[in-house]
Amino acid sequence: MTYKRQVDRLPIIPADATVHNSVCHYCIVGCGYKTYTWPMNKQGGTAPDENIFGVDLSQQQPQDSNAWYAPSMYNVVRQNGQDVHMVIKPDQDCVVNSGLASVRGARMAENHPSDVTGTQGHRLTDPLVWRYGTYNPTSWDDALDLVARVTARIVVENGEDDLVVSMFDHGGSGGGYENTWGTGKLYFESMKIKNVRIHNRPAYNSEVHATRDMGVSELNNAYEDAQLADTLVAWGCNPLECQTNYFLNHWIPNLQGMSSSRKAELIPDEDHPRARIIFIDPRRTVSINAAEQAAGADNVLHLPINSGTDLALANAIFTYVADQGWVDTDFIESHTKAEAEPRPALFPARGETDAEPGHLTSFQDALDANRMSIEEAAQLCGVPAEDIVTAAEWIAMPKENGARRRTMIGYEKGVIWNNDNYRTNGAIVNISLATGNIGRLGGGCVRMGGHQEGYVRPSAAHVGRPATYVDQLLISGNGGVHHVWDCNQYRTTLNATEFKRIYNRRTNMVKEAMDAAAGATREEQVEAIVNAIRQGGLFTVDVDIIHNEMGQRAHVVLPGAQTGEMNLTSMNGERRMRLAERYMDPPGRSRPDCLIAAGIAQHMERVLREMGEDDYADQFTGYDWETEEDAFMDGYHRNAHNGELVTYDRLRALGTNGFQEPAQRLEGETIVGTPRLYADGNFSSEDGRARFMAGPWRGLATPGKEEERARYPFLINNGRSNLNWQNWYLDQENDFVTDRWPYPFIEMHPDDMEARGLGAGDLVEVHNDNGATQAMVYPTETARPGETFMLFGAPRGVQGNIVGSGTNELIIPVYKQTWADIRKISDRPSVADGISFKSKEFRF
Amino acid sequence: MKCNRLVDAGRRQFLRGGLVATAGAAAGTMMPERAEAQSALARVSYPANRLANIADLTENEPLDVAYPDERSPGVLLKLGQAVEGGVGPDGDIVGYSVLCPHKGWFLIYNSDDRSFNCPGHYSRFDAEAGGQQIWGHATNNLPQFVLRVDGEGEIYAEGVDELIFGRLSNTL
Repeated sequence: MTYKRQVDRLPIIPADATVHNSVCHYCIVGCGYKTYTWPMNKQGGTAPDENIFGVDLSQQQPQDSNAWYAPSMYNVVRQNGQDVHMVIKPDQDCVVNSGLASVRGARMAENHPSDVTGTQGHRLTDPLVWRYGTYNPTSWDDALDLVARVTARIVVENGEDDLVVSMFDHGGSGGGYENTWGTGKLYFESMKIKNVRIHNRPAYNSEVHATRDMGVSELNNAYEDAQLADTLVAWGCNPLECQTNYFLNHWIPNLQGMSSSRKAELIPDEDHPRARIIFIDPRRTVSINAAEQAAGADNVLHLPINSGTDLALANAIFTYVADQGWVDTDFIESHTKAEAEPRPALFPARGETDAEPGHLTSFQDALDANRMSIEEAAQLCGVPAEDIVTAAEWIAMPKENGARRRTMIGYEKGVIWNNDNYRTNGAIVNISLATGNIGRLGGGCVRMGGHQEGYVRPSAAHVGRPATYVDQLLISGNGGVHHVWDCNQYRTTLNATEFKRIYNRRTNMVKEAMDAAAGATREEQVEAIVNAIRQGGLFTVDVDIIHNEMGQRAHVVLPGAQTGEMNLTSMNGERRMRLAERYMDPPGRSRPDCLIAAGIAQHMERVLREMGEDDYADQFTGYDWETEEDAFMDGYHRNAHNGELVTYDRLRALGTNGFQEPAQRLEGETIVGTPRLYADGNFSSEDGRARFMAGPWRGLATPGKEEERARYPFLINNGRSNLNWQNWYLDQENDFVTDRWPYPFIEMHPDDMEARGLGAGDLVEVHNDNGATQAMVYPTETARPGETFMLFGAPRGVQGNIVGSGTNELIIPVYKQTWADIRKISDRPSVADGISFKSKEFRF
Repeated sequence: MKCNRLVDAGRRQFLRGGLVATAGAAAGTMMPERAEAQSALARVSYPANRLANIADLTENEPLDVAYPDERSPGVLLKLGQAVEGGVGPDGDIVGYSVLCPHKGWFLIYNSDDRSFNCPGHYSRFDAEAGGQQIWGHATNNLPQFVLRVDGEGEIYAEGVDELIFGRLSNTL
């Protein structure tokens, strides 16, 4: 039965409520919110002078009213030790979202822990130590002492390569500049940890090495460019679900013709024809449907290409555009590399090394290397040749008055987690460079992004490239201590079936050793743990906000704080940096991650001195931070480009609009930022010129994928839904979410369902040689037969279980290319009774 | 003014009873113990309003109504087969608010698949599944009216199960 909160009134925010600048900590868009708090024994009234809105709340408020909030935006939380009312609602004055809330951000309030309302009761409150055969809460000093003693023993006796680290490198949520600096300083400055990976992939690497190698940073435009473009290209991305309010507040208005006055104002001497949009995606998404509603179907082109053929398509468009003479010759001559570089010996099959799977060169050399006919691409991609020509025309054919078309390309996991990631990324940037569409109003070639960013760390150059494939290192029995920061490899890694099997075994070896040493002194316990490690065991320290599957294998669990429970700075997909202010206490004794890192460092220093390792101990000094602001000043302020201009006070004054990084200068106390990169044509390379990428099509390049495709009948394409954030770490305790998706859905064409004897909501096993997982069948008329789409990262069915271990040369996983078979497990389970299985597409 | 007082009284009741666990924090320590045992209304008191007669309904054609007052637009629907929360002899009559609980846009009923669709931001709700959001941006499912049918076929609304957009109390 459909979940209803049965809440039919909410406390009114009083006129004198405390207001905090907030930024949604979920997706990369970083919508601005305001958080209002007030004492439990106070409340506002309906009269205009009694409430924060200054309006008569005894009247029905109109559509889009700012004077309304949903029950999910309300909670009772602890602030400075007192219970307070709290409302977190979207900020209508934020230029990012203009008052829109997503289905994720609008649940921020109820996704905080509350002893009063009972929300998010699974949040960690105290450090836990594996003791007496279970997890027991203890003090920070006790937990950190054990962490430091075991870690110090291993790094001193075995070397730092035996300390393996999984750590987030993002903004928002528990990330942000404060926490990436804290962890970065610990592992890259105090130590030089080489065996390190990121939260969603098995190595410490960029997802977009190619564009960076070409001198084009991946977040190079402003959100406003989506309002100014003649043509928008959504390449392997689903912006309505994954970057919701960026799409609704910036793309849709352009497609509806609502931004024409802004175009005329900023770009006065050009025609501004009705905007068009191209989607490149094997699947028809809700974004495509929405675009058709907004722009009219004639202005929407969907190229449903075969999985993993994006490179062929990009190279064909690049070739066609160049052959038609639609390139920006002045731009190419002035701002890109003029001379061809000698081709690598094994080109085109390989680059110079595995670290460079393509070849950085001139426009002409790249064109010669990448040449792909429309017909060949049509064959490979499985789409009509004339549609590829149309795409090329929409991207680059000059407008009626001769002006070059302004085209913005946004790409994301459909490209990143896919075949030949490096070359494909480069091939897309080639199109934007050739048409002069980077650094230009209405242009840009950008990642759409997942989470916000907040990366300032000491150099990670020692990690190397290609970086260590950390999951394989752990699977093969290497590493002795594993520090895990806000990562859940049980839900979000590839080859997860094998990883979990080995990880359970290795961590259990240490648990058994600890159990056998029950009652022993700390020294004896450490000895027992170190002995177990020498036998192949793994000692795990898990820092997280909940006790997730990684934490359940860990030996020490350390509770972190998240956005709103600490001050946190991050930037969004247009590099817009804001301070998300603390509005409530972190639960129990949990702490910001930067201060946890500092605690580990301080205990490491103490233990190393006890061990007589004074020189090594000296490396763990410099962590005398009292607050997250201290970590920010030590990290961002001292190390970011022009970071010395940025302080909490200056950010606070800029509210939810912040400034766009990098900071340029101060005007008074106001930071002036950079709306778009490369407006001066000076790219991120030694000579300031961008590179083109020579990278011809080379089939399915990931080991194992071609065989898997041949063997199994279904493509298990996969990705996110708008309802669920990442691996559901908070959503799994949110009734509104679990009511809708009690299991991850798998979208299937009705013919495929019939062939397998499946009904809507049936539970199925999805299996292949790599492992198995489960999902709930969601009938989808628009799915192509033989091609399914499964929700990624769900607690009750991990898609990564069936993803093979193969990666590209740079250790980027290829989740999107998974093939498997499907069998029925059961009829619709009771938790799925009564839920809707209708089309997700808006219909008049 | 009378209206305001009612709303305020209701809101205080919410604080005491609407969130069950708040009793200690919200009821206040000044209250004598006996007072805590007194029953407090956890929710607003709804009018029992006649919205229509069964005879007025045609299967799969929404009938415009308003509830709990004339400023809260809604529809009655006869779906033709019994659904959860449905009333009437066939258990197939339901009523919903038609303001999208995301931003308050008027929802459009699609009789082909019996869904409510928001032209503002593409959210949609299932008329046959308690107003469950099929896909969208709202963080509550569609407010559904609690209905009763008497022996004459008169359809009364007597409550709402979610907060209606544009009002911080379902009764103003």
